[in-house]
Amino acid sequence: MSCTGKRHILEIDELSVSFYQYENDHSSRQVELPVISRLSVSVHEGEIVAVVGSSGSGKSLLAHAILGMLPYNARVSGQMYFDGELLTAEKMKELRGNKIAFVPQSTTYLDPLMKVGEQVSQGRKNAARRQRQRSLFARYGLEKDVDNKYPFECSGGMTRRVLLTSALMDEPELIIADEPTPGMDLALAKKSMEDFRIFADEGHGVLLITHDIELALEVADRVAVFYAGTTIEEAPVADFASEETLRHPYTKALWRAMPQNGFVPLPGVQPYVKDMPQGCPFGPRCSMYSEKCQGDIPMQRVGCATVRCVQYKGEPLAVEAHHIHGETAPAPHHTKT
Amino acid sequence: MKHNLLFAGKNFIRMILLLAAVSVATFALVSASPIDPLQANVGQAALGSMSEAQKEKLRSYWGVDEPPVQRYLNWAKDALRGDFGTSLLYRQPVTSVIAVKLSNSLFLLVIAWIISGLLGFLLGVIAGVFRGRPADRLVKGYCLVIASTPAFWLALLLLLIFSVWLKVLPIGLSVPIGMEASGVTFLDRVRHAILPALTLSITGISNVALHTREKMIDIMESDYVLFAQARGEKAGSIVRRHALRNVLLPALTLQFASISEIIGGSVLVEQVFSYPGLGQAAVAAGTGSDVPLLMGITLITAAIVFLGNFIANLLYGVVDPRIRKGGRRT
Amino acid sequence: MKLNQRQKARVLLVFSVLFLAGVAVAGVLCHDAAMVTDFSRKNLTPCLTYPFGTDWLGRDMLYRTLTGLSMSILIGVCAACVSAVMALLLGIAAAVFGKKVDAVISFVIDGIMGIPHILLLILISYACGKGLKGVIIGVALTHWTSLARLIRAEVMQLRQSEYILIAEKLGQSKWKIAVKHMLPHLLPQFLVGLVLMFPHAILHESSITFLGFGLSSEQPAIGVILSESMTYLIMGKWWLALFPGIMLVLTVVLFDLGGNALRSLLDPNSVHA
Repeated sequence: MSCTGKRHILEIDELSVSFYQYENDHSSRQVELPVISRLSVSVHEGEIVAVVGSSGSGKSLLAHAILGMLPYNARVSGQMYFDGELLTAEKMKELRGNKIAFVPQSTTYLDPLMKVGEQVSQGRKNAARRQRQRSLFARYGLEKDVDNKYPFECSGGMTRRVLLTSALMDEPELIIADEPTPGMDLALAKKSMEDFRIFADEGHGVLLITHDIELALEVADRVAVFYAGTTIEEAPVADFASEETLRHPYTKALWRAMPQNGFVPLPGVQPYVKDMPQGCPFGPRCSMYSEKCQGDIPMQRVGCATVRCVQYKGEPLAVEAHHIHGETAPAPHHTKT
Repeated sequence: MKHNLLFAGKNFIRMILLLAAVSVATFALVSASPIDPLQANVGQAALGSMSEAQKEKLRSYWGVDEPPVQRYLNWAKDALRGDFGTSLLYRQPVTSVIAVKLSNSLFLLVIAWIISGLLGFLLGVIAGVFRGRPADRLVKGYCLVIASTPAFWLALLLLLIFSVWLKVLPIGLSVPIGMEASGVTFLDRVRHAILPALTLSITGISNVALHTREKMIDIMESDYVLFAQARGEKAGSIVRRHALRNVLLPALTLQFASISEIIGGSVLVEQVFSYPGLGQAAVAAGTGSDVPLLMGITLITAAIVFLGNFIANLLYGVVDPRIRKGGRRT
Repeated sequence: MKLNQRQKARVLLVFSVLFLAGVAVAGVLCHDAAMVTDFSRKNLTPCLTYPFGTDWLGRDMLYRTLTGLSMSILIGVCAACVSAVMALLLGIAAAVFGKKVDAVISFVIDGIMGIPHILLLILISYACGKGLKGVIIGVALTHWTSLARLIRAEVMQLRQSEYILIAEKLGQSKWKIAVKHMLPHLLPQFLVGLVLMFPHAILHESSITFLGFGLSSEQPAIGVILSESMTYLIMGKWWLALFPGIMLVLTVVLFDLGGNALRSLLDPNSVHA
């Protein structure tokens, strides 16, 4: 049950993704490298939730994990629920491209040898789909001649828009957008964010994965802070108004590092997966570090937010428990028009 | 359009230069040989029956009286006019010997080229799509064994099985012994070409399949295939709509690049089946010190290979939109 | 016990090296026995005493095969080593000495690739007056091209790396940079390229000898053995061609597998296994 009583579209409970790799170039011993560890985040109807973390920290894998598209040597644990239903591998296959749409990060996600119009409409023959593709293109200022362009002929901004329209094609319930705005100019970025807003307001959900905290604060309803492979805090955007309303020391530090809040840099770097500290991953950089931080720290609910820090005594999340007992919010299923 | 013509022109000039370089190198090689073609063929019927003018010409190319550069120029001047000299073994102009032998070989080469290209492509695609599964292992195993099998031994093996044990196909020679050339039916020719063509096809497949497989694996791991999956496309549709489209271009290059390998294989295979083609003529020319013929065969072979590469480059320009529309080359 | 890819590769590598070294040594040891003719035992089909049978002169085919293979292995390894060193030098030269040198080397590579290997081998063998020298020079001159291209590409990439740029700024000479900074990085690729060249070299050595341009017909070379077997094949003496051929294929397969195992150990990112 969410704090606002809204229906859950996506719930991720303690998701871990690791890779099996050789210890080094010459060793024949394989070790498990955790890239995402015990990540919890949820998206409700009508919400844009931003997962904010620095570049190259494995955020993209979160999107791939939800869609069931991780490489073969990846190992996944934890639960994910879509509309209250457990996301199994088969379920993911069924939902992706249908109820769950994906806006990828880089322009290499388009087939270099297929015209973009055909890629978005997924077939030349279906007139209705072609129609929809054209009208979506028109909405994003993509002229008719763009339909017949190959990806290499499109500018960076054009390609982003093409990727965005491809996500909107099938009227999904949830959009997972992985860094959708770089390369767009400001007006277009705003426009696409407005469209996410409209899309969410229609009772859908958006999971926005980004490194840009300012963008996140501008468009999202809630922000999940991603640090060293896990979410350390998930809070409503309103909490970011001041340092006091935030909870986790890292989130506070992040807040202070923003230009309008004093631009105070945080010394040190995020730990690399191979030498992750025991307990709290932020521990070594934290001013309030204590022995307690070395143990197992669960994600806990504090008011309308969740946080992973020993300073707080909240309720456990217990996502799995309420699914087993069928305590999901009995909100009516959204009907499509 | 303009840059396409420029591209074709540049490629064509490079091809001509390469051919010229090959002729110089080949001439240098045969000239460096301690074997004197004229001495080696003294007393041979061919040399005896030649006219004084023909002998004079041979001496101006391969004799010891003039410096090598001058001899090459003598040869090149005539070659440009289409006169490659007279074959010492066949007592005919090199050009007409090559024409006959090449037309015999062409039959084999084209069949093997098409079969190995198509089957190799198919197997490569299957292996790439089903990477790590039994189908892939099978294709990989086949390719490994065939790539390690000398073409001549495979030819011997097939000869042993089909001609000696099963006695279903003739042992050798492209025409039955003791038959007039005019009495040879098309069917006879086919019967004699089956085994050589089969050998060449079997060996040709492995290279094409292995390379297609690698490209296919790269494509199946690409971002755009991942995105197609994310959009709910089923595996079959992904292969059909994206993978095949993208693997066709490298496969095209591969197919034309395999010409050289198939011609090389034909030299060995024709020897085993005593098939009177270009390859057998090359071996005969080498053993019999028939230098004019050896030069001619090397050049015509190189010309065919370079022409194949040239055509592949042109086709690439036509098929790949990135090049056709003047985008960057990848 | 279930082995992972790398452990399998190690086992395979060790096995191939042992087998091939065994064949090479055994062949050298039974060289004399391979030449013995004995008309009391001619044309024997394979049996327990003569597992590979005997030929029309009563020579033991097992000894002949082993000797032939060991000659092929030694010649192939020799020629491939020369060829690989050529590839290394020319590949580095193409990448380091500017556009002109690069253009010339890539022109030469294109030229060599334009003539089928076997034809070029015939030409080179002819130029050397046939015999052992021709085979070694021929194989060495024809096999360096693809490795040279790989090394050129690798060096091109290395040149963009920061520590090379710094060394250049410090005014170190091109050769010093090449030898001190690049060579260590090229070594794994070079070794793998070298080992994967062996099977091709052996195949081409046996092919050219089969055609009569390589080793002389008195030598029990594998190409000679198979060439002679052709005449007797029609008379039903299948074992003369079958077993030596299988052994040749096995040798080449093991070189190939060993080379690929080495690659997956030394250069783990380059394999599409």
